[in-house]
Amino acid sequence: MTTFQTSVRVQPAGVDTPSLWARLRTNRNWVALWFMLPAAAFLILFLAYPLGLGVWMSFTDERIGRRGIFIGLENYQWLWDDSIFWLSVFNTLLYTIVASAIKFAIGLYLALLLNRHMPFKAMIRSIVLIPFIVPTVLSAIAFWWIYDSQFSIISWSLIKLGLIDHNINFLGDSSWARGSVIFANIWRGVPFVAITLLAGLQTVSPSLYEAATLDGATNWQRFRFITYPLLTPIIAVVMTFSVLFTFTDFQLIWALTRGGPVNATHLMATLSYQRGIISGRLGEGAAIATAMIPFLVAAIAISWFGMQRRKWQQGSNND
Amino acid sequence: MTDSTLPSKAPVASRDDESEGMSYLESLPRRVVTLYLPLFVILVVLLFPFYWMALTSIKPDEQLIDMNKFNPFWVVHPTFKHISKLLFETQYPRWLWNTMYVAVGATTLSIIASVLAAYAIVRLRFKGADTVGVLIFFAYLVPPSILFIPLASVIQAYGLFDSPLALILVYPTLLIPFSTWLLMGYFKTIPYELEECALIDGASRWQILTRIIVPLAIPGMISAFIFSFTLCWNEFIYALTFLQSTPNKTVPVAIVNEFVDGDIYKWGSLMAGALVGSLPLVILYAFFVEHYVSAMTGAVKE
Repeated sequence: MTTFQTSVRVQPAGVDTPSLWARLRTNRNWVALWFMLPAAAFLILFLAYPLGLGVWMSFTDERIGRRGIFIGLENYQWLWDDSIFWLSVFNTLLYTIVASAIKFAIGLYLALLLNRHMPFKAMIRSIVLIPFIVPTVLSAIAFWWIYDSQFSIISWSLIKLGLIDHNINFLGDSSWARGSVIFANIWRGVPFVAITLLAGLQTVSPSLYEAATLDGATNWQRFRFITYPLLTPIIAVVMTFSVLFTFTDFQLIWALTRGGPVNATHLMATLSYQRGIISGRLGEGAAIATAMIPFLVAAIAISWFGMQRRKWQQGSNND
Repeated sequence: MTDSTLPSKAPVASRDDESEGMSYLESLPRRVVTLYLPLFVILVVLLFPFYWMALTSIKPDEQLIDMNKFNPFWVVHPTFKHISKLLFETQYPRWLWNTMYVAVGATTLSIIASVLAAYAIVRLRFKGADTVGVLIFFAYLVPPSILFIPLASVIQAYGLFDSPLALILVYPTLLIPFSTWLLMGYFKTIPYELEECALIDGASRWQILTRIIVPLAIPGMISAFIFSFTLCWNEFIYALTFLQSTPNKTVPVAIVNEFVDGDIYKWGSLMAGALVGSLPLVILYAFFVEHYVSAMTGAVKE
């Protein structure tokens, strides 16, 4: 305010020295502050603050309807001795590693297929993505019906083919249940991996393949020494996202098994929901959720490494 | 990090779908075995659940449970009983409306916030713009699964529990990072010269944004909108946690909670519910395939 008055008094004409308001209006940092405000408000109120609050809650014994008091590491000590928690960690790692590896293999294979010349190319590519756009829960419901213990179409077909003699209890038996949810996850994740890798493949110049073929390279050599190195950066990013989303998956499991049978498919996210919201022990649920963070940080670090490497490959240093 | 968007798109456009490459070197039988057959198998697996969903939703009950008299892969006398039951005897239209309302509300808010943020980061080049860009990228990586418990208590504290408004306010945290990142890529492709001309003509930053940048970035905004809308429709854990009463639920939550009773005849209406809940997105996708794909690949490539 004082500056404003001073400037007015010194320069009554106000032409050469703009007023504080005029200067503020053109000051990038000031304008940018207002431009950033809506996004920042959302992200701070509903993302950064809850993230911190979650870590804090994991050190309290908060329950639904009662504020918690600080109890230090008690929740974590409790979880450390809890075999169900360790089972959920094991399940989560198994689910993530198996599903991601298969998603990557099939996704890359599908991307290579889709990158070839064929009729109705554009249409086939759009159809491939449909499993990814349909809400997970709704397709999971379809899988639930496909995996039904009595009326499963898979059991029926296999019986008719004479391969088995009684219905498979897809979601009732531990190993079958794990396999079934992993299959449903792969089914949903493959289109994402395939289409994003396809976008990467399309940036590889065909002349490289032509040159390699002239030099006598085999199919495998062309893939190994041209496609793969050029695709590595995008593979790193896509797989980080894939691992991240698989690791924190909740809805597929919740729609199919809710963690059963006998906790065989409980992931950390579903266990956190069951303990935190259903049983009302918010502190313990928050501790399980917080225990996921180190894994996520590892995944992000890998992503960062992948992108740094890409920048280096392109030899650009802007931004 | 984002600098490759422009150069990388050029070769795609030039050799689009017409290029034959070296494929003429292959014989037809070889192509059938190495290309068409595996592709066909994968497509069948990817589409079968939808076929099954659609088939079940129009199958009469007795054909659903008697798999020996009727071939389960086909339907003899299709019925619309399940769909009409769904639309007229349950609160399904209400759930659809809730989902739509939340998705449109959250997406609109996010796009507005993202356009402003992306413009500020890319073009205002304020102090710390790069850091903010990186922070927003990190926000993209924070999954709902670790936030829903603390958020439930935040929502409770703001008195928004069991209200769709809670979802409209929370979903932007999933959408803003993604849309900002995508729009930053688009804004970078708009030449500086246009802005400089406008500045010389006396336009304010706000006028530059609304009259020059936004009209030029419409394709990017459509991509961001479609993708965000799909994400909202798909979101489950927040909706499950924050909404309690039946009429306030969104389609995914309602399907999982309201239809699941011990009835062996539930499958018809369940599948009809899943089908009707998926159709709006599939139709939207059919109209905007290109935008959708560019949003998805754009966000990953950046």
